Amino acid sequence: MSEPALIVEGLAKTFTLHLQGGVQLAVLRDLSLAVFPGECLALVGPSGAGKSTLLRALYGTYVAQAGHIHVRHCGKMLDLASADSRQILAVRRDTIGYVSQFLRVIPRVPAREIVAEPLIHRGESTHAALRAADAMLARLNLPERLWHLPPATFSGGEQQRVNLARGFIVHYPILLIDEPTASLDPVNADIVLSLIAEARKRNAAIVGIFHDPAVRLRVATREFALAPLAEAA
Amino acid sequence: MTETPLLRVRNLSVRFGALAAVDGVSFDLWSGEVVALVGESGSGKTTLLRSIHGFIPPTAGSILYRSDRFGEVELTHLDEPRRRLLARTEWGFVHQNPRDGLRLSHSAGANVGERLMGAGARHWGTIRAQALAWLDRVEIDPGRIDDLPRTFSGGMQQRLQIARVLVTKPRLVLMDEPTGGLDVSVQARLLDLLRRLVAELGLSVILVTHDLGVARLLAQRILVMQRGRVVEAGLTDQVLDDPQHPYSQLLVSSVLVA
Repeated sequence: MSEPALIVEGLAKTFTLHLQGGVQLAVLRDLSLAVFPGECLALVGPSGAGKSTLLRALYGTYVAQAGHIHVRHCGKMLDLASADSRQILAVRRDTIGYVSQFLRVIPRVPAREIVAEPLIHRGESTHAALRAADAMLARLNLPERLWHLPPATFSGGEQQRVNLARGFIVHYPILLIDEPTASLDPVNADIVLSLIAEARKRNAAIVGIFHDPAVRLRVATREFALAPLAEAA
Repeated sequence: MTETPLLRVRNLSVRFGALAAVDGVSFDLWSGEVVALVGESGSGKTTLLRSIHGFIPPTAGSILYRSDRFGEVELTHLDEPRRRLLARTEWGFVHQNPRDGLRLSHSAGANVGERLMGAGARHWGTIRAQALAWLDRVEIDPGRIDDLPRTFSGGMQQRLQIARVLVTKPRLVLMDEPTGGLDVSVQARLLDLLRRLVAELGLSVILVTHDLGVARLLAQRILVMQRGRVVEAGLTDQVLDDPQHPYSQLLVSSVLVA
């Protein structure tokens, strides 16, 4: 078997709310897991168990209090939990893609430019990146009249397809996906599931949250259970 | 990828009498990176920016800058002629108030051309052609090239200042609240322009702003300043989505979401 693409060891995440008298919210404690290329690991557990928090920690948005997040980046393992900002940006450019649950709209920027941006950051020509973006938006059935418009006024499902197109346009070795089908109709949900299957075929390691059990059954190769810490203790 | 930062600020302090306006600040700026300095009025962010540029001499600390012309130089000990040359060519400073960065009695074209001449350009035709191209680039009608900036709106003046600064292709651009004092719609247009120019030119920028939305849009990294010190530094999404320091949490929680 190949080496893991992602190894989490003893990860802890606690939020300290200084404005609420320093209340501590422990969300993750001593969490360890490994994800291999070609796998799709589904995070399961009730709301509040820390599934989205874990994804954000794996992307470097949330600061880990303890533990390691070893990522295979350019052939070497790098610990995101102790990496500096520049290293995390390089990992995000080349190694880890993240499809959040909701699109964070960049004001006034058209959909196709939002989708093309990750390719341009990797040095692709603007022309080629925009063509790839158009192909991705077409595949996700976003009406062509919307491609040149900023997504702020799009429906939830349309915004989510822009978000998915942006996440899948680069063939990242590691992909983090938060509820990719939540606001999609069955036809478009199917397309997303085939995008995930294709990513697995090219050996991407995928960690995802799939609330719908039927969806999870179809895409996940393994499950990882999380429980809220207060109950677990 | 170059492995030395463009700018290394170490333990920089600026004192005004007993007041430490900037108190032991250290950070690196890498080539092609936009770093936002955020914090409330009086936190020292503008003083820090102005002391990096040399408008205010630091009381202590060092600033190492990797110059095209001179190699690595220590800015706190740099002689005045070389500092002026760097300020005219490799650096640019965008003032919050465009009237501080423009010559109001000179035409728009002369404002852009003067900076080019300061960087060594001598051929009038080339200077005028570049001024025209840059007016167009900052969305000012090239037909206004001979008009005085005082006949321009605030937003146009700010775009003219940006053209004047960027025409020499500076490697390091220092911006002090570039969208402050403008109406929101004018501010939005300026932000779009800045976002595009930063990406197209691969600029390295230190951006002072009290607006976290501006920082989110333009910067890869954020330094949060309070009472002259950097209390938190990190990736933009980390600082805004998981702020660690009590003051960062206060700033983030104070933003109104429309």
